[in-house]
Amino acid sequence: MQQTAVKKRTAKGELSLEARRARTAWLFLAPSLIVVLLVAGYPLYRTIQLSLTQTNLLQFPLKSHFVGLLNYKFLLQDSQWWDSVKNTVIFTVFSVSIETLLGLGIALLVNAKFPGRGAMRTAMLIPWAIPTVVSAQMWRWMYNDVYGVINDLMMKVGLSHKAYAWLANPKLMLPAVISVDVWKTTPFMALLLLAGLQTIPNELYEAGRVDGATPWQNFLRVTLPLLRPALLIALIFRTLDALRVFDVIYVMTGTNPTTMSMAVYSRQQLVDFGALGYGSALSVGIFVIIAIFVVIYVVSLRVEVD
Amino acid sequence: MKRIWLAMLVVFGALFGGAALAQGVTLHISCGAVGQELTLCKEETQAWAKQTGNTVIVVSTPNSTTDRLALYQQQLGAQSDAVDVYQIDVTYPGILGSYFIDLSKYFSQSDLSNYIPAYIQNDQYEGKQIAVPWFADAGVLYYRKDLLQKYGYTSPPTTWAELTSMAQKIQAGERAAGNDKFWGFVWQGNSYEGLTCDALEWIYSYGGGTIVDPQGNITINNEKAAQALSMAASWVNTISPPGVLSYQEEEARGVWQAGNAAFMRNWPYAYSLGESADSPIKGKFDIAVLPKASTADGQHAATLGGWQLAVSRFSKHPAQAAALVKYLTSKDVEIERAVKGSFEPSWPSLYTNAQVDAAYPFFARLHDVFASAVARPSTATRDKYNQVSSAFWTAVHNVLSGQAQANQALGGLEQQLTRIKGAGW
Repeated sequence: MQQTAVKKRTAKGELSLEARRARTAWLFLAPSLIVVLLVAGYPLYRTIQLSLTQTNLLQFPLKSHFVGLLNYKFLLQDSQWWDSVKNTVIFTVFSVSIETLLGLGIALLVNAKFPGRGAMRTAMLIPWAIPTVVSAQMWRWMYNDVYGVINDLMMKVGLSHKAYAWLANPKLMLPAVISVDVWKTTPFMALLLLAGLQTIPNELYEAGRVDGATPWQNFLRVTLPLLRPALLIALIFRTLDALRVFDVIYVMTGTNPTTMSMAVYSRQQLVDFGALGYGSALSVGIFVIIAIFVVIYVVSLRVEVD
Repeated sequence: MKRIWLAMLVVFGALFGGAALAQGVTLHISCGAVGQELTLCKEETQAWAKQTGNTVIVVSTPNSTTDRLALYQQQLGAQSDAVDVYQIDVTYPGILGSYFIDLSKYFSQSDLSNYIPAYIQNDQYEGKQIAVPWFADAGVLYYRKDLLQKYGYTSPPTTWAELTSMAQKIQAGERAAGNDKFWGFVWQGNSYEGLTCDALEWIYSYGGGTIVDPQGNITINNEKAAQALSMAASWVNTISPPGVLSYQEEEARGVWQAGNAAFMRNWPYAYSLGESADSPIKGKFDIAVLPKASTADGQHAATLGGWQLAVSRFSKHPAQAAALVKYLTSKDVEIERAVKGSFEPSWPSLYTNAQVDAAYPFFARLHDVFASAVARPSTATRDKYNQVSSAFWTAVHNVLSGQAQANQALGGLEQQLTRIKGAGW
């Protein structure tokens, strides 16, 4: 009945039901789309536009001239940029994978029933709740080779005989920064995974137990597959976050090339050097690299959902 | 009769505008907030406001010089008149010079000759006097009087070689006596602006120039500069802790003030902190001019720090703003700031002033320090100074951490600076 009715009206030249529905949908979507265009689209457009110019923020009057793709040509040959890309990727791979493993362990632990569980869940969030600038400065002092508490503890416990210069030795700098990020962000990972764990119904474990599954088998066959969506979302969040890393590195090691991330390098060009053009090209570079990771994740996530 | 007077008042009011009869103009000044800076700035500007009938509003700014520069860049870049008088660091004139007015209209040559000449020179941009020094700062050598005496030395080292051997002896002795955390010499080795200051002192004291000379020529790739850097690299892990390559001012002071170092290179601010009531080294240390190279052309060098006052070109009241600058940098206000807040005056004559010396005896020794002051090449390299400094400290850091030899690093640096310079600074 309905179908014929729709067809009739279409024949008369009126909008089909589907088209009307689509129009209503667009109407409802419009406010959000406009907001997205204003807050994300316009800055992106301006950044790309600026990246095609040579603009010096430090001169009055402001001079800006179009240079085409010159900034990008330089970017491809800029060894400092590629070093910062390398640092950022190393930082991301190590911090995210360690955080995921530790976070999963902690989530499983606090998902179990034991006295004081509520207090435990709150306490574990403390590192995440401290502003990064504050905790990074704190760690900077703790890492000090003469008065730092880390060297002091290691020597007292007998782990080492000499004090390490954690933030001065090129081999130790990046690991030191990564471990601060792990300390800080593991709670966030644990929280996301805990939420995932709580959606798994208890009956499944009971059924497993009835069938004689060991706890390990229960984990592999029940927990992990059902946790996958939550795990993937947590991974995406953390990866994108880690690729943008700025504060922990900027506070702990400044613009030292050994640890400089993409965001630190771009800030140095934009703010310290006033190079609005090249700095914008770097920002576009960061955007492209993050976009690559997003595509990889979205593709793998879609496969998962299907 | 009364009516006539009233009418005349109205006419006068119309002629001279509201400002002449009412409360004057409103100025905004950006002041630092390190230690007592903000309190003193408020007191002094209020005193001027009372005298002149104007209003002054103090705007506080971030403590870090890099962050403050970023803020000023945003304000000035947006052509904002929100701030009339800017407190600017010694490296800003070359970077932000185009945003400030020429003060030589308001300061005569004899007015300007009252200030430390190195600053007056530093504060010029394209032949214009765009700022006037407010308070001075320069690198100094801190040494432990008690330890020097204990190991048989009567005076602080005058050459780097002397400093090295004294540091070695004291460090070995103190460690044998049970303090295994003791080090000879701490300084600022992190890769940041502070390393540029320290390394400039080493290189200049060897006669190796100032990275870029006042004419804008790149002079850094020379044998003396390489010698200076090799010397500094040899300190790391011998008389200086390995972590010195991550130290800024406060980390160096942390080691020093706990009594774990014989010598420290730092700014004068660490003096009053070291003399504070709960300091373990209170009364045990003093300051001196930094050592020089033992070679014939060796000379003492102290990198200039310090803050200047400049008037924004977007200010609506440049004459009043310049008058405020003149008042704040006047002799009386500088004496007051020295006595109340231990701010080093920008007037060389005040270092031997009885009132100042009574409050801070160590000021007399700073006079020699300022006599050997050397400015960073920010005036010559203009708005590319930050790029030059960043390339310089990165190259120096590579030498110090053993990733490059001095000669090789300086050669690479020269190439890099040539590229940054391009057609000209």
